[in-house]
Amino acid sequence: MKTLKIDELSKNFGTTEVLRKINLEIDEGNFLVLLGPSGCGKSTLLNIIAGLETINEGNVYIDDYNVSKVEPKDRNIAMVFQSYALYPSMNVRENMIFGLKQAKVSKEKIEEQLQKVSKFLQVDALLERKPSQLSGGQRQRVAIGRALVREPRIFLFDEPLSNLDAKLRVEMRREIKKLHQQLKTTVVYVTHDQTEAMSLGTNIAIMNHGVIQQNDTPENIYNKPSNTFVADFIGSPSMNLIKGNLKQNSNQISFVANGSNFEIPINGYDFKEKSNLENKEVFFGIRPEHIFSKKSNDGDFEINLRADLSEYIGHEQIMTFDYENQEVLAKFPSTIKIELSKNTKLYFDLTQISLFDAKTEERI
Amino acid sequence: MQDKIHTSYKQLEQRSKYTNMFLRWFLYFVLILFALYFIFPLYVMIVTSLKTMEEIRQGTLLTWPSGLNFDSWAVAWGGRGYGAGDTFLKPYFWNSIKMVVPAVFFSTFIGAMTGYVLTKWRFKGDQWVFLFLLFGCFIPFQAILLPMARTLGVLGISNSVIGLVLVHTVYGIPFTTLFFRNYYISVPTELVKAARIDGAGFFKIFFKILLPISAPIIVVTVIWQFTQIWNDFLFGSTFSFGEAAPIQVALNNMVLSSTSVKEYNVDMASAIIAGVPTLIVYVLAGKYFIRGLTSGAVKG
Repeated sequence: MKTLKIDELSKNFGTTEVLRKINLEIDEGNFLVLLGPSGCGKSTLLNIIAGLETINEGNVYIDDYNVSKVEPKDRNIAMVFQSYALYPSMNVRENMIFGLKQAKVSKEKIEEQLQKVSKFLQVDALLERKPSQLSGGQRQRVAIGRALVREPRIFLFDEPLSNLDAKLRVEMRREIKKLHQQLKTTVVYVTHDQTEAMSLGTNIAIMNHGVIQQNDTPENIYNKPSNTFVADFIGSPSMNLIKGNLKQNSNQISFVANGSNFEIPINGYDFKEKSNLENKEVFFGIRPEHIFSKKSNDGDFEINLRADLSEYIGHEQIMTFDYENQEVLAKFPSTIKIELSKNTKLYFDLTQISLFDAKTEERI
Repeated sequence: MQDKIHTSYKQLEQRSKYTNMFLRWFLYFVLILFALYFIFPLYVMIVTSLKTMEEIRQGTLLTWPSGLNFDSWAVAWGGRGYGAGDTFLKPYFWNSIKMVVPAVFFSTFIGAMTGYVLTKWRFKGDQWVFLFLLFGCFIPFQAILLPMARTLGVLGISNSVIGLVLVHTVYGIPFTTLFFRNYYISVPTELVKAARIDGAGFFKIFFKILLPISAPIIVVTVIWQFTQIWNDFLFGSTFSFGEAAPIQVALNNMVLSSTSVKEYNVDMASAIIAGVPTLIVYVLAGKYFIRGLTSGAVKG
């Protein structure tokens, strides 16, 4: 039994296609993050799961029960919004029990739930306050509390941290993680922040233009992006995508960048399919953090590139190199000194590379 | 060199100080002038209403009354006590109250509902509905007189307070809708979504979530509607006569139909009585009026 299953779901607003044939499944207790740039349809998908938007095609199942036409309140879900959406005229207590009162839960049960949750979230001292008298972090906690008291099957979070300042955001992120660890509830979480996605999710579904690009564990998303969009979207700075061709001689496979006269041997790469590789146009993907200034592994490939630009950001520096008129970014500790406009020896960690078909932009 | 710059800065400082002082005094002068200009008619009205006819004939407009004489106020409100032809404001004042209270209530309430639907329960073509409603704000009063008279006749409520309540409610809805729509559009729709997930329905969301935070715009709407309806003369004189007339119509009849000498003191007292309720509403709620007009989104 899947806690949440989305089957061939499509949605359009007028002639604009927002979601196209979405398929998703979540097991009990998992934390799924919907990640993507603004306008990719992730919030619409969440609203559809909540029942706040209608569906054009496809179905949504919660615990194998088709809820596509079920009212939001009857779906056994709870949602936390970006603006918190606390009812301004009610105090914290009334805010938290509003849903239970609508559901005609008994007074004793309501009080019990309220005490339990408010203690757990440390808002029990704030119960009589109005939302306007709370700080951002406290509002966030109350909003989560309002979701918790209903003991829903699935928690939906719609960019809950984007209204907080940077420091508080990191704190609340940890709290949400802790919460999930303790309660083991099923969560669907929408964000455009990759750090949030990586640190919180047990699974990440990356979306673009209404299509899920990759749905995988954070490790696989980072290490084995399934196409150039994912490769580019995840990581900061994002993965270098160097254009070039593959060369195949008997058992030797190597990569030659456009305009370059040397080959990078990539025999160790785990190809999906090892045929038709000769002269294939590809993107050679390597993350800035996998380029080193000192040789660390035997398999590292040594290369001489000219340093063009240096961006110092405290604990590290981002250097831009020129590789036959293609920019290659690398991340080094800020203690290393590299002279600009001069050729520097760099080492590519070839165990960490990704290759993409230049035409389909898919991983090969 | 250094010294030279120093002195010239000092001079500049002095100069700007004098300029500022002059501008400030000029500003006060102009403001006081306008204030006097606006307060002048009210002064004349109050002073005249407190004079006897004898004093009015002998003094000028500005002359201070010899004493506080409220006789003309009593006449304006309660009449002289001789039967036919004695027009006074009291019954018409109550007519106006009976008209204005329900008309303000219904037009405000319906406007709030419509604004709520137009912003939080969007439907296909809702912009068109809003546009047509807005159109209602721009229709000249005179254009609807005949059709409205016919409608009231068919409904059997012409020449009655109920008829006037209906007219004012209907004519007020475009304005009240505009006010409430513009207010509710700044209320985050996530509130409504949260309430829907919590299990609240259409009316519960309206009454429990939105109405409690609508105080500023309710005040604005009530003041606006109250002033419009209380001060209306056209609808009142067209759709009612005799005993069903509102106060503004009665005031007109009283001032214009006096057969003998013009009693300026009574006329002035009547005019003030007819204007006082709007004044009271402004004084009581004016603070919220400004706040409501300028307030934006509801925080948190």
